[in-house]
Amino acid sequence: MKILCAVKRVVDYNVKIRVKTDQSGVETSNVKFSMNPFDEIAVEEAVRCKEAGAATEIVVVSVGPAQAQETLRTALAMGADRAILVQTDVETQPLAVAKVLKALVEKEAPGMVILGKQAIDDDCNQTGQMLAALLGWGQGTFASKVVAGDGKVAVTREIDGGLETVELKLPAVVTADLRLNEPRYASLPNIMKAKKKPLETVTPDALGVDVTPRLTTVKVAEPAKRQAGIKVPDVATLVDKLKNEARVI
Amino acid sequence: MANILVIAEHDGASLKPATLNAVTAASKIGGDIHVLVAGKGAQAAAEAAAKVAGVAKVLLADDAAYEHQLPEDVAPLVVSIAKGGYGHVLAGATSVGKNLLPRVAALLDVAAISDITAVVSADTFERPIYAGNAIATVQSADPVKVVTVRTTAFETAAAEGGSAAVEQVAGAGAAGLSSFVSAELTKSERPELTAARVVVSGGRGMQSGDNFPMLEALADKLGAAVGASRAAVDAGFVPNDYQVGQTGKIVAPELYIAVGISGAIQHLAGMKDSKVIVAINKDEEAPIFQVADYGLVADLFKAVPELTEKLG
Repeated sequence: MKILCAVKRVVDYNVKIRVKTDQSGVETSNVKFSMNPFDEIAVEEAVRCKEAGAATEIVVVSVGPAQAQETLRTALAMGADRAILVQTDVETQPLAVAKVLKALVEKEAPGMVILGKQAIDDDCNQTGQMLAALLGWGQGTFASKVVAGDGKVAVTREIDGGLETVELKLPAVVTADLRLNEPRYASLPNIMKAKKKPLETVTPDALGVDVTPRLTTVKVAEPAKRQAGIKVPDVATLVDKLKNEARVI
Repeated sequence: MANILVIAEHDGASLKPATLNAVTAASKIGGDIHVLVAGKGAQAAAEAAAKVAGVAKVLLADDAAYEHQLPEDVAPLVVSIAKGGYGHVLAGATSVGKNLLPRVAALLDVAAISDITAVVSADTFERPIYAGNAIATVQSADPVKVVTVRTTAFETAAAEGGSAAVEQVAGAGAAGLSSFVSAELTKSERPELTAARVVVSGGRGMQSGDNFPMLEALADKLGAAVGASRAAVDAGFVPNDYQVGQTGKIVAPELYIAVGISGAIQHLAGMKDSKVIVAINKDEEAPIFQVADYGLVADLFKAVPELTEKLG
């Protein structure tokens, strides 16, 4: 079975982001970017499937600017076989990405698509579900365990009250939660090898997909700041403040 | 004005509180609010929905195919109803809502808007991005707005006072793509984390799951729910559904007590809208102190039992 994995280049999770003063967005120049953490988990899962003999080839895809090539090289260094960059400079919204992925799925015919459950920049948590809908496939979202069998896959999902296991007919779409696995670090030899792996670049137009954003961002603002608090010297003062000042207990 | 369809989250017998938050968000949009209850043997949940203040009509789709509310089966039902003249489809941004609504949106060929924290107008909404470090105002030109609602950002609608009619609807039934196997739910006597008035959370500083009963004792004194940081979950101290943060649950209680939690960006995303934040940490440089109303620099193994005792 071939596995298709989607990865996104996002502002690194450790960066304290700054909102632009004109409220048009978030400052992204001179900021560290890296692979969306949930996507690293998706790639790791695909690589483990291949190591376990359940997958034969891993194709990684990213939709975004030319720099997303670096993100794809990272995935190749982790163990993916080849990469496709769908290059565009417009803001990539989930529905557009899902349509691009659908076009690629029709071309590549994978048995499973693995994505991260959400990107840490837009926090949408939509693309995997949308892709499954467009393809008419089953979806195993927020996966913490994936067991691929013959013609089906069992996915254990993280839900609000605990865990739930569903069985999906293959082909299917799976989105990775943080607890699915611990992604590996790419070793230097693997990073060198990844430079020689094939990376194809296409445009959304060539795939016949319109990626024009459907939602207009009117503005991006800083959230309300919390008032600086005080430090209390001991537990007795804390109890007193909570009872008499904040009146919450 | 077009009608608004709210997808109920329920266990067959009663509604989950997230549905009541979604009804409040719907009331801010304006238009008749209809609630869809899809399930098996869900008559009681439908009757509960009919009593919710502000609800004009309840649609009940009772079919074995909807028993576990699998999105592959429920999404086509929602789509067929939504096409009959609805301007908005809403649900709480819970694990059920997040799983279902993007699938509905894609089938309708419209954008989905996740986790809204405010309704600006019928087509414009506020939602947090970058782990809550920025608030985006987004506008949709799509004919149907498919929206999930951050439950802590909207009050719960009154569960009594309404008298909506319950109407039976039929759907296409099972899509045959997926099936439910099992569920493993965490059992707890304490209030539900996302709805609790007080939350006591532990982090890596707790050192071991064996030390969590100390927090539970404090939580019991306060009638609080117990939460955790990702570090505490990953270390196996507590189950993952305790996790508060960008990738866990979003809480906004009146009082949040963070014990042995450093306060990483991803954790703050899940709790910084709490009314009062208390931090107990021995590292006075910990970022949590920058958002805490009351900070106590102390060894939690001494401070927590003392706090529990003083509250008695």
